[in-house]
Amino acid sequence: MLEFIWTNRIQCVSVILFAIGFSTLLLHRNLMKKIIGLNIMDTATYLFLTSIGMIEGRLAPIIQNGDTDVSKYVNPLPAGLVLTGIVVSVSVTAVMLALTIRLYKSYHTLNLDEIYLKAQEEQEEEP
Amino acid sequence: MKKSIKDWFSEWDEDKINLTELTANQGNENLIKEEKKEHNISELVELKQKELSRAGKIYPVLAALLCVVIIYFMLMTVSGLPKFGQADNPTNNEVVERYVEKGMEETGAVNVVAGVILDYRAFDTLGESHVLFTAVIAVFTLLLADKEEKETIEEGQIMKQDNILRNTAIFIVPLTVLFGIYVILNGHLGPGGGFSGGAIIGAAFIIYAMAFGFSGIEKFLTLKTFRIIVLCALLFYSGAKCYSFFCGANELHSIFGPGTPGMILSSGLILPLNIAVGIVVACTMYGFYSIFKRGRI
Repeated sequence: MLEFIWTNRIQCVSVILFAIGFSTLLLHRNLMKKIIGLNIMDTATYLFLTSIGMIEGRLAPIIQNGDTDVSKYVNPLPAGLVLTGIVVSVSVTAVMLALTIRLYKSYHTLNLDEIYLKAQEEQEEEP
Repeated sequence: MKKSIKDWFSEWDEDKINLTELTANQGNENLIKEEKKEHNISELVELKQKELSRAGKIYPVLAALLCVVIIYFMLMTVSGLPKFGQADNPTNNEVVERYVEKGMEETGAVNVVAGVILDYRAFDTLGESHVLFTAVIAVFTLLLADKEEKETIEEGQIMKQDNILRNTAIFIVPLTVLFGIYVILNGHLGPGGGFSGGAIIGAAFIIYAMAFGFSGIEKFLTLKTFRIIVLCALLFYSGAKCYSFFCGANELHSIFGPGTPGMILSSGLILPLNIAVGIVVACTMYGFYSIFKRGRI
């Protein structure tokens, strides 16, 4: 019953990584740690996707000596999808970091609770 | 008011933040008012933290429990997946067969992944480049705004005197740029492509900027040239793909044929597109570093 933990070990690891990233996102009040958690979640997803495309004992999908037999190469599609995902996650991380810097410049803290309190204070002062 | 990156990271641990200390460092007169306000806030924060510390003992436990529950359910899902690495898994279907068997003939690319992402699914990659471009615009609008802070940040203030870094950079930077160019030009012949090669060249720029300051790179990459380069590359990408969509939909003969697979000048538009993407990514990586480091390019 539990042999899937060994046979599908890469997928198991990626699932655990995903949960670790998710709980990092939940547990910490620090914005930087939240961003790190989100990045761990991204990486877990890529690991899962690439492991789906793997076929044991086959070559990378680069055609050698003009041999286009499909039974010689692994699945090239997940690699393309992961490439797209990596670029998107880099972009999202950059935007999140920029927003964090702006928040830090105006509130001088990275703690979400304190930022929230200060923002409330500001709102009350304004008529 | 301003603090270096070092201070910023030292305050990572949110429990150790003391707001009154923060204000004590600011020797400005007109800050007394603000200090009062911040004092008020710090009291509020203390109250809130007391409140939170009561809930704070339960909160991590609950979150860890939730994490375990998520792991459990997702592992159950994994147990229903087909065995890892088998050829007859449902993901290895006729789409992949078609890509591998006809890919080299139709696109001219020896690297099937490059053929898939820059020819069969080029629309996808075009959107991806625009996501990167949009991210750059967003970061610029967020961080370029502080004009009065521009002068205060000195160039390469931390690393400038580092001899080890400088002497290593002299050896590493040219090799890294060469390797990046090789990876970009080899995108359709082997592992590589515009994104990975562009990231390598961007890393070389970053090492150079760390070792010798930003003035060296400013000679050929300012904000103006950055804008022109990125815009031209994206326009070229869009134009090239419009052309191939037009040809493909109307069954016209494209002048950029697949050529002889395995040659450097083959596989139609994949090589120019790889170069365009590589330029965009290299400039963007360096731009991100520069703008996070000192607020401008």
